[in-house]
Amino acid sequence: MSKKADDKHENDVPTTGHSWDGIEEYDNPMPRWWLYTFYACIVWGIGYTIAYPAWPMINQATSGLLGYSTRGALAEDLQSAEAANAAINEQLVSVALTEVSADPQLQQYAVNMGAAVFRTNCSQCHGSGAAGAVGFPNLLDDAWLWGGTVDAIHDTIAHGIRNEDDPDARYSEMPAFGEILSGEEIEQVAHYVYTIGGRDPLNADLAAAGEETFLYECAACHMDDGSGNVDLGAPALNDAIWLYGGDIDTIIETVTYSRFGVMPAWGLRLTDAEVAAVATYVHGLGGGVTEAE
Amino acid sequence: MTDYFKLVVLGLITLAAAIAANYARDLAYNVHMLLIMIIAGVAFLYTLRRVGEPKAAAGDTSGYMDGVVRYGVIATVVWGIVGFLAGTFIASQLAFPQLNFEWAQPYMNFGRLRPLHTSAVIFAFGGNALIATSFYVVQRTTAARLWGGNLAWFVFWGYNLFIVLAATGYLLGATQSKEYAEPSWYIDLWLTIVWVAYLAVFVGTLVKRKEPHIYVANWFYLSFIVTVAMLHVVNNLAIPISIFGSSSVEVMAGVQGAMTQWWYGHNAVGFFLTAGFLGMMYYFVPKQAERPVFSYKLSIIHFWALIFLYIWAGPHHLHYTALPDWAGTLGMVMSIILWMPSWGGMINGLMTLSGAWDKLRTDPVIRMMVVSIGFYGMSTFEGPMMSIRAVNSLSHYTDWTIGHVHSGALGWNGMITFGALYFLVPRLWNRERLYSLSLVSWHFWLATIGIVLYAASMWVTGIMEGLMWREVDANGFLVNSFADTVAAKFPMYVVRALGGLMYVAGSLIMAYNLWMTATRGEAAAKSPAAAPAE
Repeated sequence: MSKKADDKHENDVPTTGHSWDGIEEYDNPMPRWWLYTFYACIVWGIGYTIAYPAWPMINQATSGLLGYSTRGALAEDLQSAEAANAAINEQLVSVALTEVSADPQLQQYAVNMGAAVFRTNCSQCHGSGAAGAVGFPNLLDDAWLWGGTVDAIHDTIAHGIRNEDDPDARYSEMPAFGEILSGEEIEQVAHYVYTIGGRDPLNADLAAAGEETFLYECAACHMDDGSGNVDLGAPALNDAIWLYGGDIDTIIETVTYSRFGVMPAWGLRLTDAEVAAVATYVHGLGGGVTEAE
Repeated sequence: MTDYFKLVVLGLITLAAAIAANYARDLAYNVHMLLIMIIAGVAFLYTLRRVGEPKAAAGDTSGYMDGVVRYGVIATVVWGIVGFLAGTFIASQLAFPQLNFEWAQPYMNFGRLRPLHTSAVIFAFGGNALIATSFYVVQRTTAARLWGGNLAWFVFWGYNLFIVLAATGYLLGATQSKEYAEPSWYIDLWLTIVWVAYLAVFVGTLVKRKEPHIYVANWFYLSFIVTVAMLHVVNNLAIPISIFGSSSVEVMAGVQGAMTQWWYGHNAVGFFLTAGFLGMMYYFVPKQAERPVFSYKLSIIHFWALIFLYIWAGPHHLHYTALPDWAGTLGMVMSIILWMPSWGGMINGLMTLSGAWDKLRTDPVIRMMVVSIGFYGMSTFEGPMMSIRAVNSLSHYTDWTIGHVHSGALGWNGMITFGALYFLVPRLWNRERLYSLSLVSWHFWLATIGIVLYAASMWVTGIMEGLMWREVDANGFLVNSFADTVAAKFPMYVVRALGGLMYVAGSLIMAYNLWMTATRGEAAAKSPAAAPAE
């Protein structure tokens, strides 16, 4: 099959003389710009492999004339960042946390650093806005399981809660009342707990019947009025804040099986300055308590 | 005699599959063995009923073997739509996580549908397109019928069985957890058998060619078949935990495993999605344009340079990881040197059209091919750029990568395949012309705008995400949490899903157009491709 005669400019270029199913090929040279760019890339490539670690030899690869390595570059970056903040980090660690706010520059630094630490390490459970989730406390309100002073927050972060890594971790354990009380008693006490914050009872008889069990079994930690006890990590039950949910079914589940929320000991993972900073940050989110309360 | 042999083999397979299904340790394996048992059992009964019957005079074997190409074209269209739909759905899941319906767990969650999407578009759509077009092209350019008789049919059905097993495996939770190499060990073994058969058919046909020289398209197809065989076997080396289960442990662990995986992964791009589709381009573009290929010299140099360089490029997927720096450097340098060899294909494609540019106005199929080559050029520039360490430190793990891949996949692979399908269907079903050129135009514009929406939104969101990840305040502390970056991407995710939707819509229009062409089209006066000598 012969190609159609046409009057376009390539007429004078011969084809290679082959034809496959009617397809022919011109014998055009390679475009110069293409060829020279290709050569230039090759030359650049040779130069680059001389300058940087590249060619594997018998025992190790060539390390490159520039002495570059990705690990080395990262270490340098980290080192210069650390050096830049070394002095202020030392200040942060040495000053009492209650005094940080006295120095605006230090306060600002601690909040910036704490926010970065929080976003990287804490937001997965507590949310990037610190509003918490089911089982993970909201850090914006003024209800604190283990105390809301900056030092209490610092202790909680540094040692964590109910973990096995730090002997100083905060620890308390609510019994699983399913093994202690009868199903009827649990239902009664749950109905009582439901009303303790001032809600109308779902079933007045059950709620009334539950009061005695509550005072006998629960009040030791949660207090007679259900106001809780931060020394034991016993949550207040007389407010509208529920860590696992305040509907009757969830309360029954909590009483029956109990809960065992765990928080890592961040003192084992972060630097002292980072722990101090994130404590300052969390304390400043809105619910922080100023002094002994 | 062969009937008895077939009966024995099929019977044994049926029996073995039944036993394996009985001892199955997981659901995917169980379903697969039952499926194999049914297929082999039906084939056994079919063969049994025909034993001893006089064979119908073996069909006309003098002309080209186009039946298998026709089936391949149908499979390409069907799998393409499945893959595009799956992609649009998971893109919507990313924008609206509620679409991970509670009632459809765990089968329809993003994690299981994502490999279904990638395998459906790359292996099912792309693979069927490559097999079908390579069978068509190799016959025309060698003037010989496919070698091996019914072996080509075995390749087609075997390959599509592989796809069904892989896809159902993902949904049922069986995976090797290696990107683009997710299918379980026994599916890998089956694909190996099918692929060797494919190689045999292709090489057999080349050997008995009537043309003195081998056309450039066939070089690319052959390099694709040979290299994919090598990649597939090495990357899937694994020891099954049990022969009655789908799980396995890979032989190469740790950083060696990662390097092998990305040597495979990048060359799946290089040889499956680039070399194979260049083979397609080298036949269908000059045919549709009715112009000679621009430069033989360029084709030979860029072919060998491409083949030599691509195989080195994998480590650029592992910058800043446990992979030693030297390997990363080599991957990056070879990727950049690869820029021009990749563009050789683009130049040859585009310059082939010089002298036929007027056809862009009148022929939407040519327009599709040109856009395809344009996207090819764009993504083969973008790729080397992203392989540079400094660029990669920004782009890696972001949606930029997704945008890059899709400008190549939707733009280059998709559009050149659509062009080839529009070329093939009238010829394969012996029709005078396509049912409707204006529907081709609709497809063209929907697909093109869809790609632009997709790629542009992913570029923007990818770079934004990369910059947010590294944003630090005056004291050097990170400013954004990961969830902040996810939230910021929402509008772009919606745009991306919209782009996907347009692309699906275009492919549905194509399916309708091709269906009408095949069933209602006006019969061609006489077969344009008269039979080859055999």
